[in-house]
Amino acid sequence: MSKNSVHITVNGTAYKREIEPRLTLVDFLRDELDLTGTHVGCEHGVCGACSVIMDGRPVRSCLIYAVMADGHDFVTVEGLGSKDGSLSPIQDAFWENHAMQCGYCTPGMLIACHHLLEENPDPTEEEIREAIGGNLCRCTGYQQIVEAVKIAAQKIHGVNL
Amino acid sequence: MKAASFDYIRAKSIDEVCSALNQGDGEAQIIAGGQTLIPLMAMRMSRPQTLVDINDIEELRGIEVAEKVAMIKAGTRQADVLSSIEIRNNLPILSEALGHVGHTQTRNRGTIGGSLVAADPSSEICLIAQLLDATMIAKSTAGTRSIPANQFFDSAMVTSLKDGECLMEIDFPIWNQKRTGFGFHETSIRDSDYALAAASAQIAIGGNNKCERVHLAVGGATPSPLRLNEVETALIGSVLDDSVIDDAVSLIPNLLEPQSDVHASAEYRRRVTCVLAARAIRDARDRAQGKFS
Ligand SMILES: Cc1cc2nc3c(=O)[nH]c(=O)nc-3n(C[C@H](O)[C@H](O)[C@H](O)COP(=O)(O)OP(=O)(O)OC[C@H]3O[C@@H](n4cnc5c(N)ncnc54)[C@H](O)[C@@H]3O)c2cc1C
Ligand code: FES
Ligand code: FES
Repeated sequence: MSKNSVHITVNGTAYKREIEPRLTLVDFLRDELDLTGTHVGCEHGVCGACSVIMDGRPVRSCLIYAVMADGHDFVTVEGLGSKDGSLSPIQDAFWENHAMQCGYCTPGMLIACHHLLEENPDPTEEEIREAIGGNLCRCTGYQQIVEAVKIAAQKIHGVNL
Repeated sequence: MKAASFDYIRAKSIDEVCSALNQGDGEAQIIAGGQTLIPLMAMRMSRPQTLVDINDIEELRGIEVAEKVAMIKAGTRQADVLSSIEIRNNLPILSEALGHVGHTQTRNRGTIGGSLVAADPSSEICLIAQLLDATMIAKSTAGTRSIPANQFFDSAMVTSLKDGECLMEIDFPIWNQKRTGFGFHETSIRDSDYALAAASAQIAIGGNNKCERVHLAVGGATPSPLRLNEVETALIGSVLDDSVIDDAVSLIPNLLEPQSDVHASAEYRRRVTCVLAARAIRDARDRAQGKFS
């Protein structure tokens, strides 16, 4: 089996591995780098659980082969909080607002919402729903997730609650 | 790992792609955004021996707008076309349609060319290419050729692109009539899912308020996007009041042979296509008359 070498940066750390070209990025993150925060659901692009940020943009990591990621820069859910373990505003709002039940969709939801707030610090409800439109949640009914994004947006603006 | 094994080439130029495809004996395949191909490979409905990655090729990326044409390189990401101000100003129907293509995460990888070559019956980008008579420019080791949209889409997921050809560029005509408007409507199970049926129209209104030029095409309900010349003929030269539009779209049921599947029956698709077409024509008319932007 031919192996290819991959150099990528994840959450600021550079990694190098030799892998088979058919390994998807999500399996690479989880199995080769032990970064199991990114979840894998459908493995063919429909659920959004595997979302990560690639060169500043959210993408599905099951729809990229790790070889294609060579030379690129990624942020996964492990990279959202601070090194001291404190949560980012969106993580904190999910926690405060109970925006998860089983937690399967949560890493993907956090990535999608984190990116939304970076691009648009004051999104409307419609914009929030559009931003998470590619992320399936089988538990929450989405309501608390939408609420959590609104609360995080207010926190980022420094509004007192 | 779900896909069958393959070899991987990261190409640096279009010529390198063409020679890799040529040497691959039909077993080498281009990968662009991977948003259609990787799911197919995960399900082993596709098992190329070699993948030729075109994501690093600068000459396959970019948008250029001239007076009568918007030239989009095949490898341009859907997200970059959607956020292009030049496209929004000159080819607003493409921006509108792109908002319906998948989700932020898939548009950040998926390319314009990949969507056209995948030729999904529901593809909004294919629908707009057919509506506007876009031209696809493809290159192989044998040379370069231009393929008009009406000769490009053969059937569901099949195009007239030959083995060994790399789609390089898509040229979308821009209408120069002052009073031009577009309409785009689709029905899907959830926002941004594949359309069960879609309709798009572009109309230019003359000085006497009569319809001077009209293109109408539908997708989702047919194996490939379809221009509806009969309906266009019924609209051209008339003042487009609602009754004229209703009469014209009443021709549609007889022009379609929709498929039934788990999501919708053929009869539903036929009926909903008429409704969507009428809405698209009315929006195009109203935009052409400056009634809404
Ligand atoms: C969850 C989800 C939702 C989606 N929803 C929609 C939707 O609502 N509407 C819609 O239209 N699409 C939808 N898509 C599909 C998406 O738009 C794909 O991005 C697009 O169809 C394929 O583009 P790509 O660049 O990813 O191509 P790839 O998957 O890389 O390639 C697709 C095919 O095109 C060939 N190819 C690619 N580029 C070239 C080229 N330059 N020359 C020759 N051949 C080439 C490949 O060999 C392959 O056969 C969805 C996808 C997902 C995962
Ligand atoms: S695991 Fe990637 S989208 Fe479902
Ligand atoms: S919390 Fe269970 S899938 Fe979203």
